[in-house]
Amino acid sequence: MHPVLRTVLQRLGLGILTLLAVSVIIFSALAMLPGGYAQNILGQGATPETVAAFNKELGLDRSAVVRYFEWIGNVLQGDFGYSYSGLSGTIKRSVSAIIAPRLYNTFFLAVMAASIAVPLSLFLGVMAALYRNSWFDRIVNSVTLTTIAMPEFFIAYVLMFFLAVKLRWFFPLSTVSADTPFFEHLFRALLPALTMTLVIIAHMMRMTRAAIINLLASPYIEMAQLKGVSKSQVIVHHALPNAWAPIAVVIAFSLAYLVVGVVVVEVVFVYPGIGQMMVDAVSSRDMPVVQACALVFAATYILLNLLADIVSIITNPRLLHPK
Amino acid sequence: MNTVSAPLRNIKARRTAYQSVVRTLKTAPISAWFGMIVILFYAICAIFAPLIAPYGQAEVIGKAYELSSARSWLGTDQIGRDLLSRMIYGARNTIGIALLTTSFSFVLGGSLGVLAALKRGWLDQGISRVVDAFLAIPVLIFALMLLAVAGRSITNLILILALLDSTRVFRLSRAVALNVVVMDFVESARLRGEGMRWIVFKEIVPNILPPLITEFGLRFCFVFLTISALSFLGVGIQPPTADWGSMVAENKSLITFGRAAPLYPAAAIALLTVAVNFVVDWFLQKTGGLPDDI
Repeated sequence: MHPVLRTVLQRLGLGILTLLAVSVIIFSALAMLPGGYAQNILGQGATPETVAAFNKELGLDRSAVVRYFEWIGNVLQGDFGYSYSGLSGTIKRSVSAIIAPRLYNTFFLAVMAASIAVPLSLFLGVMAALYRNSWFDRIVNSVTLTTIAMPEFFIAYVLMFFLAVKLRWFFPLSTVSADTPFFEHLFRALLPALTMTLVIIAHMMRMTRAAIINLLASPYIEMAQLKGVSKSQVIVHHALPNAWAPIAVVIAFSLAYLVVGVVVVEVVFVYPGIGQMMVDAVSSRDMPVVQACALVFAATYILLNLLADIVSIITNPRLLHPK
Repeated sequence: MNTVSAPLRNIKARRTAYQSVVRTLKTAPISAWFGMIVILFYAICAIFAPLIAPYGQAEVIGKAYELSSARSWLGTDQIGRDLLSRMIYGARNTIGIALLTTSFSFVLGGSLGVLAALKRGWLDQGISRVVDAFLAIPVLIFALMLLAVAGRSITNLILILALLDSTRVFRLSRAVALNVVVMDFVESARLRGEGMRWIVFKEIVPNILPPLITEFGLRFCFVFLTISALSFLGVGIQPPTADWGSMVAENKSLITFGRAAPLYPAAAIALLTVAVNFVVDWFLQKTGGLPDDI
C-alpha cells in the first residue's frame, strides 16, 4: 500500500476511535447526574412510581450499554432525542429541531470570522517572517503577544464600547432571527466576527511566523539561495511545498480555537448561536441539550484536527516521493 | 599567587542567594519588570483586600448604577455596591481560586506524570489513553458540561477545572520526567538501593522543576481565563462573591449607555494575564525554553 494512504487510514482510524471515546464520556455525563435524570426533571417531590414510569417511558430502565448504542445510532441519523422542561417535564421538544437554526447561525459566524482571519493572519505571519526583526515584525509581535493573553469578553466589550456605542458604526447587540435578510445578518454578525478574528489572529500569525522562520532556516533553502535562485522562486518552489503542513495545522488550530471562543462571544453579543444555547442549557441543567451541544463542539474540534493532520500527511513531500 | 586566584575562579560560590537574585533581576528586560510590578500590585490588593477596600464586598452603599463620585470612585453596581471595593475583593477571590485550582492540577497531573514515567508499562499506557480522550474535548465545553452535571458551586468549579487541566500537566511532566528517568544518576540511585521517595524527590523533581515552573505560569493564565469566562457566563463563581468575570456580566447592560464600568474588571483580568505572560516569557528565555516534545 502507498505509504501516504496507509498513514491517512491510520490517522482516520485514530480519529474515529477518539470520537467514540469522547461520545462515551459525553454519554456517561447523564448517568453521573446526582439523583438521576428523572428526579432532576420531575423535581424532589416526585413519587417513586412517577419516577419509574418516567424512566420506563424514556427507556432509562434498560442497561447503559443498550442506551448508548441507541443514542449514538440516533445521533448519527441527526436525532438528538428530546428535551424535557417546564413543570414536571411537561414540555417535550425535539433537541435537533432547537439546535438546527442555532447551528446554522454559529456556522455563519465562524465562517465569517475564519474568512477574515485566515488570509489576514497568513499574510501578516509570512510578512513578519520575511522581514524579521524589522519594525513591522516588532510591532506585530508585541501587539499579538498582548492580545493573546486577553479574555475574549474584554476584546468584545472594548470593540462594542468604541465601535458600536461611541462611534455607532455597528449595532451593539447582534440579535438575528430566521427571517433576517442575508445582508443584514452579515452586517449584524460583523462585530462578533471581528472580535473572534482579533482573538485568533494572534495565535495564527505567531504560529505562521514561527513555521516560516523555521523553514527558511533549513539547509536546503540556504542551498537554493546560494546557487542563485531568485527570492520568489525560493519561496514558491522550495519553501511552499514544505510549508503546507504547518499552515494547515495553524488554520485548523485556530478554527478549533474558534469553537471555544464562539461560546463567550455569542453570549456577549446576544447572538443566537449554539454556544449561547449551551450556556442556557447548562444554567437550567437541560441535559439532552447540553449533551448535544457538547457533542457538536467536540466533534467539530476533533474533525478539524483530523483534517489538519490529513492535509499535512498528503502534502508532505517526503511521503509523496518515497525512495 | 595561588591563594589569590582560587577565590576569583570560584566567583559564583561567593554570592549569597540575595546577591544572585539582585543580579538576575538587573538583567530583566522592561517587559518583565512591568509584569513583576503588576503581579506584586495584584498580590498586595489580594492579600490586604479588607484593609484597602473602602467598603465590604457585599455592602450596599447607595442607589444602583451611580456614577463615580468622591464617595465611590468607580460608581456602584446593579444593586448599589461599590465597584472599587468589589474590584479589590475580586482580586482576592478570582486569583485565589485560580491559584488553588492550578495547584491542585499540578499536584494531580505532576504526580501522575512522574509516576507514569517511572513505572511505564500498562499504568503509563492506561493513563495516557484516558488523557488523550480528555484532551480531545475543549476545556471550556467540557467544564460547561461537567458543571451542568455536578451543579454550580465553587468547590465543583475548582475540582472540575483542576481535573481537566491536570491532563495538560500530566503530558508535560511525563515528557520531561521520561528524559530524566533514563539518566545515569537515577540508575545509580536505584542500584544504591534508594527508595521510591528518594528517587522521586531527590533525583527527578529537582531536574524537572524549571519547565514545570514556567508551565505553572502559563497554566495559571489559562485557568484564570477559563474561570473568568465561566463566571462571566454565569456558571462559575456565584454571587454575592465579588469576582471579576461575574462583575463584567452583572454590569454589562451599562455599556449600551456608554459607560465603561464593565470594562474595568475585564481590563483587570487582561492586565494580570498579560503581566504573567511577560514574566513567563522572560523565564523561558533564561531557562532555554520548554522542551519540544510535549
